[in-house]
This record gives sequence, C-alpha cells and structure tokens, in this order.
Amino acid sequence: MDGPFEQVVQQHGATVLRVCRAVLGPVDADDAWSETFLAALRAWPELDQGANVQAWLVTIAHRKAIDIVRRQQRHAVPMAELPDRPSAPDGRDLDLWDAIAGLPHKQRHVVALHHVGGLPYEDVAAVVGGTAAAARRAGSDGIARLRQTYVTEGGDR
Amino acid sequence: MSDLIPEVSAVELEHLHADLVRRAARHDLLDVAYRTLDGPLGSLLLAATPLGLVRVAFDVQDHDAVLVDLATRVSPRVLAAPGPLDAVARELDEYFAGTRRVFDVPVDLRLVAGFRRTVVQHLADIGYGRTASYAEMATAAGSPRAVRAVGTACALNPVPVVLPCHRVVRSDGSAGQYAGGAAAKLALLDLEAHAGA
Repeated sequence: MDGPFEQVVQQHGATVLRVCRAVLGPVDADDAWSETFLAALRAWPELDQGANVQAWLVTIAHRKAIDIVRRQQRHAVPMAELPDRPSAPDGRDLDLWDAIAGLPHKQRHVVALHHVGGLPYEDVAAVVGGTAAAARRAGSDGIARLRQTYVTEGGDR
Repeated sequence: MSDLIPEVSAVELEHLHADLVRRAARHDLLDVAYRTLDGPLGSLLLAATPLGLVRVAFDVQDHDAVLVDLATRVSPRVLAAPGPLDAVARELDEYFAGTRRVFDVPVDLRLVAGFRRTVVQHLADIGYGRTASYAEMATAAGSPRAVRAVGTACALNPVPVVLPCHRVVRSDGSAGQYAGGAAAKLALLDLEAHAGA
C-alpha cells in the first residue's frame, strides 16, 4: 500500500480496539492495540494494493491478543485468592466484558472476529479452524448466549 | 451484536495513538511525521523525516493531497506526530511574530533534485527583508540563462517560508507567483519589511 498510514489508524483504530477488548477484556486490550498497529505500520508498504485492510488488521489484532493471553498463562502465578476485578468507568460495560469472557472459547473468538471485527465467516474459519458453517453456528450460539446473560444482567440492552 | 460492545471514546484513541507514535519512533518506523500549525497565512502543514523538515504546505495546496504525495514519494509510514516538529513550529511562530529572522532547523531536501535543488539551496542566501530577482537567482545557481527554470524551482520549493522562495521577485519589482498564493507572498514580504527585530 502506498497511502498514508495515519488514515488507517483513523479509519480502523476503534474497531481494532473493540476486537482486542472482546478477546482480552478492557485492561490488556491497549497493549494488543499498540502491538497490532506497530506490526501493521511495519508491514504496510508491502501490503498488496486492494487488500481488505480491515480484515488484515483484525486478523493481526486477534493474533496479538492471543500472544498476550499465552504470555499471561506462561507467567501466571497461582494465587490463593482471585484479585479484585479491575474497575471500568461504566459498571455496565464491565458486565459485558464478563459476559463475553464467560463464552466458550470458540464462540468468544468468532464473536470477536466476525461480529465485532466484521471478518467474513470464511476468514474467521481460517483463523479459528473448522468450516465457515461451523464458525457461523458458533457465532450465533455465542450471540444468543450473550443476549441471554448480558441482557439479563445489564437490564435495558 | 456489535451494538452491544461499548463504543470507543476519542480520548482513549488519542492516548493509544500517542503511544503508537512513541513506539514507531523507537523502532525506526516513523518515516514521515506531520502536524499542522495555524498562523497568519492560515493552516500550514509541516512534515519531517528523521533527517529533518521535508515539507511545508499551505491550505491552498490541499493538505490531504500533500500527505498522499509524501506517502508515495518518501514512505507510506506517515503518522500525525507533533513531537518531531515542535522546533520548527516554534521557529515559525517566532518568525510570524517578527522576532526571528533565520531558521536553524535541519531540512531534508530529498523531494527536489538537480538544478532545482541547487536553486532551493541558494534561497537561504537571500537575507531577511531583502529580495532577489529570478535572473539573479539563475546566476547564483550557476546558470544565468535558466531564469524560467528558477521560477519552476521556486514554485516547487518543498519547504516554503523556511527556505524563502517568497524573497525571489520579478525584475520589475512586482512579487510574482507563490505556492501559497500571491497575497501570502506579499504578506511575508510586508512582514519582513516592517518587523523591528
């Protein structure tokens, strides 16, 4: 690509942050966002003209988010007690992150990639494995479950 | 479903953007940094490479188009990043206030080559408050007959104001053309004629 990278950040920054939050929750998402855009900035000149920039970024963001999860698991220290949950500015938002975090693994990732990131199911399947049809099923199951738990907890949404 | 995911606030994105700029600079990936500066001639676009100031552009030149041109001719790794341009912005503010006569920020002239580059390099020889004719500049650049080419070189000066192509005027004393418009050229000449400093 030969366009100014700043436009990419302006156009897709919010979506990428939402994808990172859906995979990681609100606290670690910032790190994943920065690593995503730094990697994208590095690779930008070599990206094919006409590539789907949002799909490219969402795929990178998902990979960076998983890297962070793996790093945390490697360095996890067993604790006698769970620490307090980090506070969010809006209590209702935190309930949503809890609801997403409570989804089965595959559903969570499909929701992050497709429903939040706008990645087509064919591309989602390439990332999470399995067929596009299976990804679609996991996605609708995840949404149904999310609407159930979150709408019940959050009230008016 | 995505309506369930909370929107991202502009402030959050600003913080993340600033962090990205820092990381990009640390990894030598900030090929072109830019910002705008408001002044008496409207909004100026300022852009720098790690080597120095590479572009100054007026409103009438269309900042978006200039950024696309920089992305094509220098590098698409372009980010809005005011830090590397703080010094030149300060010097321009002082210049417009009449308290600065000479710019001493590093300049990257990669966007001009050959005779045009020679002409642009000689612009700094015309002192504050003075003018030179296109013919005099042609002589100074070593090609007395290339008067027209000097006009082209001045029009394509990538860093106007900082390298003072506004000080090159017609032999009859009239101001002539300017990338920022004839009125901007007259305003700069007037500023330099009346600044007390």
